[in-house]
Amino acid sequence: MTTTAVLAQAQQRLSNAELLADDPLWLTLIKVVVLFIVVMLTLALLVWAERRVLGRLQNRPGPNRAGPFGMLQSIADALKLSLKEDIRPARADKWVYIMAPIIGGIPPFLAMAVMPFGGEVTMFGVQTALQVVDLPVGVLVVLACSSVGVYSIVLAGWSSGSPYPLLGALRSAAQVISYEIAMGLSIVGVVLFAGSLSTADIAAAQSGGWFAWILPISFVIYLISMVGETNRAPFDLPEAESELVGGFHTEYTSLKFLMFFLAEYANMVVVSAFATTLFLGGGAVPWPLSAIADNALSSGYWPLLWFGLKTALLIFGFIWARAALPRLRYDQFMKFGWKVLVPLNLVWIVAVTALRVLRNAEGVTSGQRIVIIGVAVAVLVLGSLLLPGRQVADEEPQVPLAGSGYPLPPLDLTVPTPPRQRRTVRARAEQPREAVTASGKEAGDGNA
Amino acid sequence: MGLEEKLPNGILLTTVEKLVNWSRKTSMWPATFGLACCAIEMMTTGGSRYDIARFGMERFSATPRQADLMIVAGRVSNKMAPVLRQIYDQMPEPRWVLSMGVCASSGGMFNNYAIVQGVDHVVPVDIYLPGCPPRPEMLLDAILKLHAKVMDEPLGPARAALKAERGERTELIPSSVRYAPRGAGK
Ligand code: SF4
Repeated sequence: MTTTAVLAQAQQRLSNAELLADDPLWLTLIKVVVLFIVVMLTLALLVWAERRVLGRLQNRPGPNRAGPFGMLQSIADALKLSLKEDIRPARADKWVYIMAPIIGGIPPFLAMAVMPFGGEVTMFGVQTALQVVDLPVGVLVVLACSSVGVYSIVLAGWSSGSPYPLLGALRSAAQVISYEIAMGLSIVGVVLFAGSLSTADIAAAQSGGWFAWILPISFVIYLISMVGETNRAPFDLPEAESELVGGFHTEYTSLKFLMFFLAEYANMVVVSAFATTLFLGGGAVPWPLSAIADNALSSGYWPLLWFGLKTALLIFGFIWARAALPRLRYDQFMKFGWKVLVPLNLVWIVAVTALRVLRNAEGVTSGQRIVIIGVAVAVLVLGSLLLPGRQVADEEPQVPLAGSGYPLPPLDLTVPTPPRQRRTVRARAEQPREAVTASGKEAGDGNA
Repeated sequence: MGLEEKLPNGILLTTVEKLVNWSRKTSMWPATFGLACCAIEMMTTGGSRYDIARFGMERFSATPRQADLMIVAGRVSNKMAPVLRQIYDQMPEPRWVLSMGVCASSGGMFNNYAIVQGVDHVVPVDIYLPGCPPRPEMLLDAILKLHAKVMDEPLGPARAALKAERGERTELIPSSVRYAPRGAGK
């Protein structure tokens, strides 16, 4: 798990980068094509699975008419969308409007290339690894791809020439910038432990224990920010149907909308696969099974299965969250990102770094370590006591003005009986009936 | 729409036509558009008891740009008519209109100055659904019949002429007959 362990491993087996270094071009091409087809099929299945799972979670069957179990549903959707009329609004900026969905559709597929699905295999007589390419900066490539995806949303919103998409795009830009930071920070811990930015090395570094167990806080923050990053419920503010119609894709029809649709789901797959790589040991077999035959289930093509299962589990989490949680209000969402996730992450990184320095330092006994940790915790607790507490709200109930300054009546308003009415009542009692009706009507019409 | 209409007629075209029609009927996204009491019944159809999702229609699209079917659920007032027409105009081809309830179909009980006497004064209607309000089962029945109609759509003028000549039509069997419990005598 530590650097020494990684080095020891590298001596036994070739790392993915070394294995991939002398791949012939045709093999890379085959891998690229297979990966593309697999991802596309996954997307088709994912859309269907989401609708079915949502249906089951809401106590209804979900799509079940098209093909076996309704599995052809997403194929029908794609076909229908591509056969629809393509409308471009008169006020749209033509080229940007066309480019935006394309910019959104490409990065997720790019990011899939660096995912380490597995280790050493022999393909058509060539020794290689189950990965398209292993870059020394693989983690940064994935992060970069997910940020480039935002451009598509922003440009789509801006070029549509209509207010709803613009609002959706602005929200999206703010959202992704803030959650990108939380996401990037949660990766820092992983990189510290793995000692590498290459995705394959990170997956290999987890043979001693998954980073989800070692860095639980990083893992949880990553899980939350990946939902924010992909604009999915409960963080689907850019396309909030009840507020912004369709958000950034309000004006898009036909194939262009299909591209956005695909990009969203492909992004889901990418961040889930990335989480699998970073925190769930990549293609490593889960614990009880790893005891079988000296970890035989982690070699050859088996990792594909484990990688797929772990990713599917995370995607199920996405769908579950969508069915269970209502959408956040925009300011709450921003507050959560900047005031909770980012500071928590920073503190956690400092703590992790300190622990690692302590453990690697020569000549520090375990007794001293415990004392140092104890002192640090005590300082933290005392420091937190010194923080100013939250101000107690005023006892008087206040009427929220919602910033409009619109005059609202006080809460304890007792409506006094208007004196004039009392007078009329008395008058009514005193005077003869017919006269009151006649005069009262006239007064009400003319003088009021 | 467009390219496929210029193709010559042939055996392949029949299959393509079927595939296209199948995809259109299988994923017919309704526009989120409710006008009156009938809309409540339309929402119930989306709920778990009736579940419109079985036909791939649970994606009510909030933007007309991605909708295929406009369910006119409720009476159309004179003020609403231009809005309705605009939503219809914003929907991309091919699009369908289902007039739900007697009010949308004919003005119904509101025989007065404020209500459009039938939404077909404003937009072309593909299928009328009577009832005040029609039950969700009736709405599903109308949708299934619309699906049958969609399956009949020709892929171009040549196919249309051929179909008219041969008199090919999908039968519109009422759901009460088609899905009748087995053994129930006629
Ligand atoms: S048909 Fe009946 S239920 Fe439907 S809108 Fe008219 S009055 Fe309401």
